[in-house]
Amino acid sequence: MTKGNGGMPQEKIGVYVCHCGTNISAMVDVEDVAQWAADKLKHRGVVIARDYKFMCSSLGQELIEKDIKELGLTRVVVAACSPHLHEKTFRTACENAGLNPYLCELVSIREQVSWVHTDKVAATAKSKAVLSGGVERVLWHEPLEAMSVPIHPATLVVGGGIAGIQASLEIADAGHPVYLVERDPSIGGHMAQFDKTFPTLDCSACILTPKMVDAGVHPNITLMTWAEVENVDGYIGNFDVTVRQKARKVITDLCTGCGICVEKCPKKVLDDIYEAGLGYRKAVYTPFPQAVPNYPVMDLDNCIYFDTGKCKACEKFCPTEAIDFTQEDEIVEFEVGNIILATGYDLFDARKMSNYGYGRLKNVFSSLEFERMCNASGPTEGNIVLRDGVTTPKTVGIIHCVGSRDKNFNEYCSSICCMQSLKFAHVVDERTGAQVYNFYIDIRTPGKEYDEFYNRIVEEGTHFVRGKVAEVTNAARQPDEREKLIIQVEDTLIGKQRRIPVDMVILSAGLEPRHDAKDVAKLFGISCSADGWYIEKHPKLDPIATMTDGVYIAGCVQGPKDIPASVVQGAAAAARVLGKIQQGEMELEPIRASVIEEQCSGCRICNDLCPYNAILFHEETMVSEINAALCQGCGTCVAACPAGAITGTGFSNEQVLAQIEGLLMDVNI
Amino acid sequence: MTENENFEPTIIGFTCNWCSYRAADLAGIARVKYPPNVRLVRLMCSGRLDPTFVMKAFAEGADGVMITGCHPGECHYLEQNYKALRRYLLLRRTLVAMGIEAERLHLAWASAAEGIQLAREITEMVERIRSLGPLNWHLNGDQVQITSDTTAELEVAA
Repeated sequence: MTKGNGGMPQEKIGVYVCHCGTNISAMVDVEDVAQWAADKLKHRGVVIARDYKFMCSSLGQELIEKDIKELGLTRVVVAACSPHLHEKTFRTACENAGLNPYLCELVSIREQVSWVHTDKVAATAKSKAVLSGGVERVLWHEPLEAMSVPIHPATLVVGGGIAGIQASLEIADAGHPVYLVERDPSIGGHMAQFDKTFPTLDCSACILTPKMVDAGVHPNITLMTWAEVENVDGYIGNFDVTVRQKARKVITDLCTGCGICVEKCPKKVLDDIYEAGLGYRKAVYTPFPQAVPNYPVMDLDNCIYFDTGKCKACEKFCPTEAIDFTQEDEIVEFEVGNIILATGYDLFDARKMSNYGYGRLKNVFSSLEFERMCNASGPTEGNIVLRDGVTTPKTVGIIHCVGSRDKNFNEYCSSICCMQSLKFAHVVDERTGAQVYNFYIDIRTPGKEYDEFYNRIVEEGTHFVRGKVAEVTNAARQPDEREKLIIQVEDTLIGKQRRIPVDMVILSAGLEPRHDAKDVAKLFGISCSADGWYIEKHPKLDPIATMTDGVYIAGCVQGPKDIPASVVQGAAAAARVLGKIQQGEMELEPIRASVIEEQCSGCRICNDLCPYNAILFHEETMVSEINAALCQGCGTCVAACPAGAITGTGFSNEQVLAQIEGLLMDVNI
Repeated sequence: MTENENFEPTIIGFTCNWCSYRAADLAGIARVKYPPNVRLVRLMCSGRLDPTFVMKAFAEGADGVMITGCHPGECHYLEQNYKALRRYLLLRRTLVAMGIEAERLHLAWASAAEGIQLAREITEMVERIRSLGPLNWHLNGDQVQITSDTTAELEVAA
């Protein structure tokens, strides 16, 4: 494994040990480490070893550049902070001096040594070992060139909720083509179901529908509703997308959206999606009056014609002959450079918390049901009534954190439910004058003007009971509890159990990842957290990108968030995409695996291991080949190849084995 | 084993660039302390872990080896950590067959946010190996030098 001795040409290595102010030098004798490297690693090719106060400063970088030029260094090892912090800095310094940037190795003696150890002698010894590992490793480095790939100017946005709409509009307004793919018949997402938005209480439809229309008519947006992405191939800049356009059974070129077919359709269907099960639609329908696009779709499971072969009322009455019962699903293929996933959330199914009685006790409502009930265009035309459809409640209990902050369901805070519950309290008070009780664990109102809103609701006279509700029951114990729902709760502020009889209970259900979030993540090659939310590249500094280049996330798909935050993230994702389009092409890290054809036995073990389908097997020559642009450099195939026929640049067997030797150079064997 | 109390084991830890290496960074940033007996090697993914690396570390004098990676289901490369898990289980059996205590090889999952957990895993590993005592591979095993050349020879022969 040892390289550089024997007949091989000697590399000239420069070693630089950073003090990092006193961050390193307080725990590591950096002068000693540098001196040791100069003396003891001389035979490994170290021609100069220096220590310096701040290697990352421009003066520190100049030291390296000067040595490369004057001493003809062919390799550089810097012992300083984590490569995640300054690898690029030192690579750039090498490049500035004419040395291939990939011939530089940064070893961490700060995060991994000085900051975590307490014994200076041991820390200094470990620094030497770590440095020695770096020196052995760098000998096996190879000059690499970053790969450049063109960026296709079109963008795929998946999900037509507010985040997806915002992202699409930003990109389209900048003059670039967007494919906006939505699974439902209309864009709008959850926001289209809401009545009011907190904390300003402006009407959700009034602020959303203009944006929906903008997206619907924008010349740069190809809107594909009632459609799903079936397949994605490729890599940043060059994704091939396959979309299934489900058959609407309506010829959109002919349809004028007049709605006569809907009016004439004799079949009423319970609408458990848009109306949350409170209202009805027809078998041919648009989910709501302001739907974009305004073409109806046919619900084949409920259409009388598809069931019995008779009816066709819609076809008979359609003035433009736009109904086509023979229409089939269509497969549409196109190419994009970047992808934004804005597929949103599912509402927590409150039936899972059987102690709250949802689905069993009729006057327990979910938050989405209540939203529809408040909505003037909803099933009750905005009247807040009990399940019988006529009785106005005199007392209403709103339970926070249903399915959130609960180890049995979801540990996270759904972040929007406090504000939503406060909004409900206001709406109930305003429209019915009923007594409202809010049952909360903690009130979380951190947004702009959110806490002011909370104070306003307090002043409106809503009762706040701090405690997690144990049970909602209809088993009366007292005369005043008869015919009521009784909320059993420990009021933790007074330290007492309370039973509060109410007419109506609203469960402020939390947000959950989409039921198929994991499948969708797999389709796009990104990863989910254990909860199922998509993992961002960095939780603080890059909540937009994912670990897969060219795939971005926006809105609740990344985690629960309110409308302003979703809009911000949609716009930010668009800005990131626009930056990539503007560049025209981008450089990829050249950490890739490749097959040495002569050594490949054609066993195909690697083929199935690759998570990106980057390995192609050539039947004619019986060897595997790796598509460098698809390869992400994980190295699994390199480790698995029984013939050792796959090499991984940047992390080759030689590099790792040499580093292990170097790391253990002081161990006596 | 009183003689082991003064024994300072040397442990090689393989880390994943995306999670456990970042956890190590985080442990540093948070100034979490752990014993200096572990020396880390960065790989792009725990799936990159060639079993040879583990054998090499033992052959070069490591008393213990840690494999660390993303939690199951959270692999940066989708599911390659499962491959690391399989290799780990096979390696443990192989080590036992060679007369090396299985505990000398340890697998720990650590996400990029789990600096404290990683530090704890390292601390516990050091204590475990300290109580096991030195491996003394060169005394107990044959003086086989494992290099990429010899493994290539072995593989060709197989």
